Formats: sequence, C-alpha cells, structure tokens
Amino acid sequence: MQQNSDKTYSELSQDAIGDEELHAAIRMVQNGMGKGAQAMWREEITPEHRRLAKEARLRTLNNLDAVLASLAEKIRARGGHVYFAATAEDARNYCLEVARKNNVRLAVKGKSMTSAEIGMDPLLEENGVEVVETDLGEYIIQLAGEAPSHIIAPCIHMNRKRIGKLFQEKLGIPYSEDPPTLTRAARKALREKLLGADMGISGCNIACAETGHVCLVSNEGNIRMCTTMPKVHVALMGMERVTATLAEHDMLLRLLTRGASAQKVSTYVSFMGGPRQPGETDGPEEFHLVIIDNGRMKMLADPRFREVLSCIRCGGCLNICPVYGRIGGHAYNGTYCGPIGAVLMPLLEGVNKHADLCRGESLCGACKDICPVHNDLPRMLSELRYMLAYGDEKWGVEPVDGAEACAFKAWGAVMSSRTAYDLLVKAGRIVQVPFVKNGVLGKGVGPLAKWTASRDFPPIAKKTFAERWKTDHAKRLNGADNE
Amino acid sequence: MTQPNVTLFIQCLVDSLSPETGDAMVSVLERLGVRMHYPPDQTCCGQPAFNSGYRNEAAKTARRFLDIFENSEAIVCPSGSCVHMVRHHYLELFRDDPVLLDRARRVGAKTFEFTEYLVDVLGVTDPGTQLGSRYDGTVTYHDSCHLSRGLGIRRQPRLLLENVPGLTLVEMDDSDRCCGFGGTFSVKYPEISTALADDKVQTILATGAGAVVGCDVSCLMNIKGRLSRLGSHVRALHIAEILAGEGK
Repeated sequence: MQQNSDKTYSELSQDAIGDEELHAAIRMVQNGMGKGAQAMWREEITPEHRRLAKEARLRTLNNLDAVLASLAEKIRARGGHVYFAATAEDARNYCLEVARKNNVRLAVKGKSMTSAEIGMDPLLEENGVEVVETDLGEYIIQLAGEAPSHIIAPCIHMNRKRIGKLFQEKLGIPYSEDPPTLTRAARKALREKLLGADMGISGCNIACAETGHVCLVSNEGNIRMCTTMPKVHVALMGMERVTATLAEHDMLLRLLTRGASAQKVSTYVSFMGGPRQPGETDGPEEFHLVIIDNGRMKMLADPRFREVLSCIRCGGCLNICPVYGRIGGHAYNGTYCGPIGAVLMPLLEGVNKHADLCRGESLCGACKDICPVHNDLPRMLSELRYMLAYGDEKWGVEPVDGAEACAFKAWGAVMSSRTAYDLLVKAGRIVQVPFVKNGVLGKGVGPLAKWTASRDFPPIAKKTFAERWKTDHAKRLNGADNE
Repeated sequence: MTQPNVTLFIQCLVDSLSPETGDAMVSVLERLGVRMHYPPDQTCCGQPAFNSGYRNEAAKTARRFLDIFENSEAIVCPSGSCVHMVRHHYLELFRDDPVLLDRARRVGAKTFEFTEYLVDVLGVTDPGTQLGSRYDGTVTYHDSCHLSRGLGIRRQPRLLLENVPGLTLVEMDDSDRCCGFGGTFSVKYPEISTALADDKVQTILATGAGAVVGCDVSCLMNIKGRLSRLGSHVRALHIAEILAGEGK
C-alpha cells in the first residue's frame, strides 16, 4: 500500500548506499539488536525452543479456521466485536464505519504495520478524522511525512539533528538535538492527543485463542494508553497472528521480544480481550478486533509459501541482513521491508510488481539463521524467482525477462556438452585479449561490464583444469585413471 | 585403511578462471595418498540457473551431474556453494520426481566440500606434518554463506589453517557476513553487490592480514576483484593454495 517513490529498487539502493549516516545508523542497530538476538539464541534460548515454536506456528496455520473461530468466540462473549476482513478495503472501511458511528474526531495509534498495509490512515484523514501516531519513532516520521524504514525502529534513517529541526518546525519548540529534551517535547504533545482521543487503534503482536486476547508489546507505554483511554479500541491483526494455546503464546512472546530488540521481555506487555467489564476500572467502552486476510489465505493455500505466515514480525531479519544494512528500508518501497518484506510484498501486491525484491538479494541465509522460527526466506525468494523465470498461473505471474530466459537456455545448452563448453572457453580467450591489462579484466562488455564497473575480473586461464588434468596430473599420478 | 577413491568435481569457475586452485587440491590429495578420478565431461552443477529461478535449465544440468558422478565413491569439490547446491537444492529441483530425488539424495550424501573431506573423512588435523604445508604470513578467513550457514562448515577450515606452520590466523569482524557475490545478483544489482564487498573489504583490511583465505572461488573472485580495483595488495587465496604451499 505504502508506495513512496517512482524510482526503481536499484536507484533507491544507490541513493541509500551513498548515505553514510544511514549506513552508520543501521550498523548500530545491527550490531546491537541483531548481534544481541544472536547471542540470546546461542546462550539462553535452546534450539529446541525455536523448533517447537516453529512447529506450533505451523500447527496453528494448519488449523487456522478453528483457532480463529475460538478467538472470536471468546472475544464476542465479553461483548467485543470481531470482524473478518477479506480485503484491505473491507478492513479500512470497517475502521471508518466504527469511527463514524462514534463521531470520532481524533484517533490515536499504537504502532501497527497492518494499518499501513491496509491504507487505513489516509481514508480516516480524508473523512475528517485526525490520526496521530503515538509510538515515538512513528510519530517522528508522521511529522516528517515519511514512511517507516524499519519494522520496529521506524525512524532509524533519521538522526537527532534532523529530528531537532523537525520538532522546531512542527512542534514550535526551540531547536535542540538532545534526545531527552526531544523525547520530553514529543511526550508532552502526545499526552495531549492521548487525553483528547475518541478512538485508539492498535495492531496485534500475537493473539491467544485459548484465552481470547490480543497481546501487544511496547517499550514506551503508548500502546497501553491508546488501548485503554479512548472510549473505542480497534485492534488490527493479520489472520495468521494467533496461537492456539497460552503455553504456545508464552513460547512465542519470549522469541518476539528477543528477536526484535534482544530484550527478555518488553517494558509493557498488554492483553486485551474486549471492552471494559463490570467492575473494571479502565478499558474502552467498545472493542473491535479486525482480522485481516488481504491475500494471506492465498499464501496459506500454497505449500511453497505457507511458511511465511509463521513470521511473528520481530524484524530480526532486518537486523542481520547485509543488503538491508546497505540499502535501508526505503529502497524496498513498500509497507514491509528487509528480507521479510522481500518475500511478503510480492505475495501481497504482485510478484511482477515487486520483481526486484524477489531478485535483489544475495541469498546469504543470514535471515533464516536469525529468524526465531527459522523461516526459510531464501528458499521462498528462490521460489519467487522460479515463478518469475517461467511465469505462474496461480499467482498471475508473467515471465520477467525474455533476454535472460534466452541467455539461460543457451547456458543450459552449453553446460550440457563439454564440447560446447570448451568451445565457449576458447572463444572467450580470444575475445578477452584486448581487455586484459596487468593480468585482469578491468573493463568488460555485456553483463560483465556491470561487474567491471567496480571490480576487476579474472581472465580465462590459458589452460583449463580439464586440460591440465589431461596433460599434467593424469600422467603424473601413476595408477590414476581419468575415465 | 584402504586407499580412498575421490572423484574430483572441479566446478566451472575453478576450471576456467582459477585452475591453479584445482592443481592445489590435486597436490594436497596426492600427498595424502588419495586415488583421484576426473570425469572429463563435467561442467557445472547448475547453481547459477537455480539461483536465478531457471530451474528447468538447472535440472537439466543437475541430471547430467548425477549421470556423471553417481557411481563415484566420494565426490570432492573446492567450493561450499556447489556442494550445497548438490546436497540441498537438488532435492528441491527433483521434488516431483521420486526416482531422481532418490538418486540426488544418494549423490548428495557422498559429495564433500574440500576441507570437510580432509578433516571429517580423512582425519587431517596437522597440515604441517601430514601435508608438508607451510605459509609465512598472517591471514584472515572469510566464511562463505553456503559453506558456513548452509553446510555448517566453520571449524574445519580454521582447524587446518591454525595448524599450518608459519601461518597466523586473525579473525575479522563478521567473518560470516556475505561478501555480496550472490551469483547473477553481482551483475543484476552491481551497486548493492559492491557495497557489500566494500563492507567485507573494510573488515579484511582492519585485520592487517596479508591475505584473505576462503573455500569458495566465487566469493574470493568478488573480494579479490574489489581489493584489486581499490589498489590493495592484500591477496585472496583459496585454502587449497595455502595447504599446497610449502613456504618460500
């Protein structure tokens, strides 16, 4: 939904690669949170815990209809409303309806990526509802009119000088680049909004069907205020973000906060299961849970991609990915960024539309390693590339690159015959002659030019290993046969 | 112990761009008394096509690989990513064909990366005495992605390097962070690939080592290409070349 630039993935990446401040900021997060999470996986969370958590995720996904029905039933029994939204449009329209019925003027939000996915804020704003983010990072980028560049650290791309100038301009405070001063200013502005809001909107980290709750984690306390102070609370959840039992919930919660920020537990963990009950002192008068499909059923139905729904959105993969480390979140140009975004965005919005996200990683596997539930994102990227190579009816994918397809056909023919391979090597030796200087190819043509723009390439050897085997090794090695 | 039989799989990049790596591997195995075979028809395992999504072409090459290598006792290759392709991705390629899947499983189980074969199968622990290796200098080691995360091979190359007389191994930061090669990724997204190579080069240079050593020629080609373009004299060497070396 959130598409911010007409530039390509490569162009946006190029912009980000030149940004040394961004590089340093992401490096700090990767060295802190990424390495912190890895250390926790090594030192205090057993591999067995992660294996069982993954099993629980897959088991829930295999019984998702029943698990969600049980969650809805419990929430309805407490007087909460549950709405199953098939599409993003259904979901945002429902939110608007709730806002209208309650004459909502001001809505405050706890951090929710799902709200961005369904494009909720613009619709509410068009209809006269002021929407204010209350997560500090989200608030900052909302003031700046920018998109988040990290799933859990949305304003990672901004430094305190920029934030100081932004606050000076938008909040009318004297310029400061002192983080506590800036935080106090934001807190004051946000408290006023929180006190005046008619509706609170949150996401859902992990719901629990056994008890009938949505669970939310935060470090700032803003989510607890958003969900308890206004008279209406709307919680948005992707249909996969649920566990069957409280024991499984506990297992996943331990992984979530560690994977996200190397914390054993976040400062706040809130469980919401409906409106204020008789005898309770706080909580909303109305509670709505919007359970969103928006393409997830299709992923669920495809064994190649079902696994991606195991994701608990900790953002850990962003905190280790070397590509994300250099290009930042905005280069992905969509709601979800980083390795998880590279798999999710094509599946949510179209594989061809996000072809660059499918193809623009080195498949190094670091994301799979750090993922608390071992989601095999490289495997899924490979499947997406497979669809892009030949097209895929089920997902409506067209072959992405005719020239590349031809090149690989030719490649396949060459690699199927040693004679053809040898001929190509011989031809290469002749063609490369004018380009070889000081023992390296410094300037290539065709696809090689993209390599040699920044790197030297080794020339084709005068004698291949096969030739050396025949003339040197096989003769020397008495008794060896060269078949 | 009976004389081990090894069938050499010298992948396309080593064959055409870095045959001296193959020579070095032969020299090491020769010193260990291994009987070697080299099927002359071999070309490629199919990895470039597989990683780019062209699985039909990859499967064609993979079927050929199975035909050529399946009667071998052990297949040894100087590349973690090619072994990873054979051992793991062949199973994805042939998931709908039980016969090929079974053949791929059997071949995958006897395909070894070079250092894995030396340490885990032949029990080499002391290259100084067992191979006569010597290298005078300080090196740092790069963990290639498919080798380290894919095959779990991190200990074997370090064990070998640490026991080469004259060699000092200095670990770089984030030694298992991707160098940015990624096959066709390196020419499809050269700006990102190069940025990753720059991160890698920076951690290599920070060690002060005279050479970076790895087990995959593809990664080394990327690192070396960037080092040389930046005018650095740090060398990029395949571990076989270190083990085959006898000092100066």
